[in-house]
Amino acid sequence: MGQTILIDPVTRIEGHAKITIQLDNEGQVQDAHLHIAQFRGFEKLCEGRPFQEMPSLMARVCGICPVSHLVAAAKACDALMAVQIPPPAAKLRAIINLAQLIQSHAVSFFYLASPDLLLGMDSAPEKRNIFGVLQANPGLARDGIRLRQMGQQMIELLGQKRIHPAWIVPGGVSAPLTTEHRSQMLQMIPEGYTLIERTLSWFKRSLNNYREETQSFANFPSLFIGLVNKDGELEHYDGHLRVVDSMGHIVTDKIDPTDYQEYVGEAVEPWSYLKSTYYKPLGYPQGIYRVGPLARLNIIDRCGTPSADQEWAEFRELHRGAVLSSFYYHYARLIEILYAFEKIERLLNEPDIMDKHVRAFAGANNMEGIGVSEAPRGFLIHHFKIDENGLMKWANLIIATGNNNLAMNRGVLQVAKHFITGQTITEGMLNRVEAVIRSFDPCLSCSTHALGQYPLQIQLLAPNGEILDEVKTEG
Amino acid sequence: MTIQSQIKTLKIDGRDVGARADETILEVARENNIFIPTLCNVDGLTPIGACRMCLVEIKGSNRLLPACVTHVQEGMEVITNSERLLTYRRLILELIFSERNHNCAVCVSNGHCELQALAQKIGMTHVHFPYLFPHLKVDASNLRFVIDHNRCILCTRCVRVCDEIEGAHTWDVMGRGIDARVITDLNQEWGTSETCTSCSKCVHICPTGALFEKGKSVTEMAKRQQFLAYLTLMRSKKS
Repeated sequence: MGQTILIDPVTRIEGHAKITIQLDNEGQVQDAHLHIAQFRGFEKLCEGRPFQEMPSLMARVCGICPVSHLVAAAKACDALMAVQIPPPAAKLRAIINLAQLIQSHAVSFFYLASPDLLLGMDSAPEKRNIFGVLQANPGLARDGIRLRQMGQQMIELLGQKRIHPAWIVPGGVSAPLTTEHRSQMLQMIPEGYTLIERTLSWFKRSLNNYREETQSFANFPSLFIGLVNKDGELEHYDGHLRVVDSMGHIVTDKIDPTDYQEYVGEAVEPWSYLKSTYYKPLGYPQGIYRVGPLARLNIIDRCGTPSADQEWAEFRELHRGAVLSSFYYHYARLIEILYAFEKIERLLNEPDIMDKHVRAFAGANNMEGIGVSEAPRGFLIHHFKIDENGLMKWANLIIATGNNNLAMNRGVLQVAKHFITGQTITEGMLNRVEAVIRSFDPCLSCSTHALGQYPLQIQLLAPNGEILDEVKTEG
Repeated sequence: MTIQSQIKTLKIDGRDVGARADETILEVARENNIFIPTLCNVDGLTPIGACRMCLVEIKGSNRLLPACVTHVQEGMEVITNSERLLTYRRLILELIFSERNHNCAVCVSNGHCELQALAQKIGMTHVHFPYLFPHLKVDASNLRFVIDHNRCILCTRCVRVCDEIEGAHTWDVMGRGIDARVITDLNQEWGTSETCTSCSKCVHICPTGALFEKGKSVTEMAKRQQFLAYLTLMRSKKS
């Protein structure tokens, strides 16, 4: 047994994690693990509560993507009530879900990832943050801040609150869209196009600077899973699950999301509170798959909106078959922001979008309900069981980040093997190990159903446990 | 008895006020727009002095007295807002919060709760007592309503409105002190109660989200309490 490098905690991600890298006696990387060291227990603490509380209660899992949890939980509650919600309510939920996609992707790309991309992986850590970006490229930083703001403002216009809006309820939404709010949202969209198209063209120009990273950042064959609509287009609110292999071929299609248990297994590893999900037909751990923006763009036949489709066609030229490097998650995120603006505009122009009937009422009719949606980081499942009085008996949440757990671990190993040699830890190497995690934009507080911030620490240990080298960054 | 002997004059917070002999300090204070906080008290139901939020100082007495059940006396000097009283009120509220599981963010009554509003009004910023986190059940057996004991402050408004206004006396209290609970009939599930008329008076008079309409989501349970003044008025006309 050689030495172990410990990165604890990992910075500029959402939640708490640490990384251990095992070296052999020659100082070569042997194995690597991403440890998610937090535990929250939402599945337990909901027991005994009325199911109608679940959207708001489960949304407390996260302050960044609460809307995703509101949507998935509300859909599970719709199933418990055995209702089909009024179509305008489904469209309004789809809009708020996309508004969140915009703000969450903007946080990931501009606040967390862009310091690496703009300033370089080897730049000084005290500069490598959103303030460093503001100094180096104020336009880019402003675009990012504004894009995030637009997403948040749309959420507020619909749900009256930017974080944890109680507007998404079992049976639909609690209030219809007003003329004023609709026109305010429509007014934002042209600016959204300008900002995201500017960012996309900047990113595509700078891709050449990151050849080594695109080669080594979780770049391996895997399955990709996500929701598509009936026409095989990009879908975030409804639709069916599709599984695609690394060649881009469909493995399984038209999976009813309520049958997820036949296809998605959950494995527990002693070194992490985050369960590893896998594609059941292939078993564990061979059933490794990826979800999220990269997966979504790999599984679809087209986006379904004109500008996003153009960008998507260019994106798919990056690689024959599916795009495999997880570095391209960043790219996929930008295309999805563009798509989200187009789709929101289209939905806001639907003739029934201002309809006043936006909620179905019913009690507990099914004792079991499953809700699935695409969260910014991948598909999200809320699965509830209740008693005849509508009180929660059991819950299972499969969170997007959990779906990517196996892939993140393999990604850490790959990047560590590529960049780490010898016994000294350089700042750039430390950052690349973190950056591969950042490309997945993991939300660990969500995925372990925990809270906190992520300073980072790497320790290089001798076989006898002696600390050979140690690097720390503040969270 | 002359009219003069039925009129008492007293001072509240230094202000000279006049009152009928059968009035309580709380009633007189409200007539004169002097704020005294309350939780268990509600116009139209018998005051019981249970929550102790309305404690006031009376010159010449070492004891603090609940304004809702203390009648006025000639020459009384009442203080409603001393530092001592404000401190006690905050402590009482903190104790109420620490006793059960009050999670405003995910409560049906968030934004419409008298307990939450009072905590904000009197400036309760923290709970300095350790939370008890009791394991309490939710009874959702009634077809239309739910009782969540986690949010009950034992004001007994439900008990009084059911007894005094509806006349059913479905609700009562069992146990003592920290173990006290409101119960339906003989401590059975609400859905099996034979006396409950499902009139919803208890639900709407409840100051928190302890009693709510089934199916309401977070923040949706706004209570309508106008019925009480109206029913009291209409019944007094008949009698």
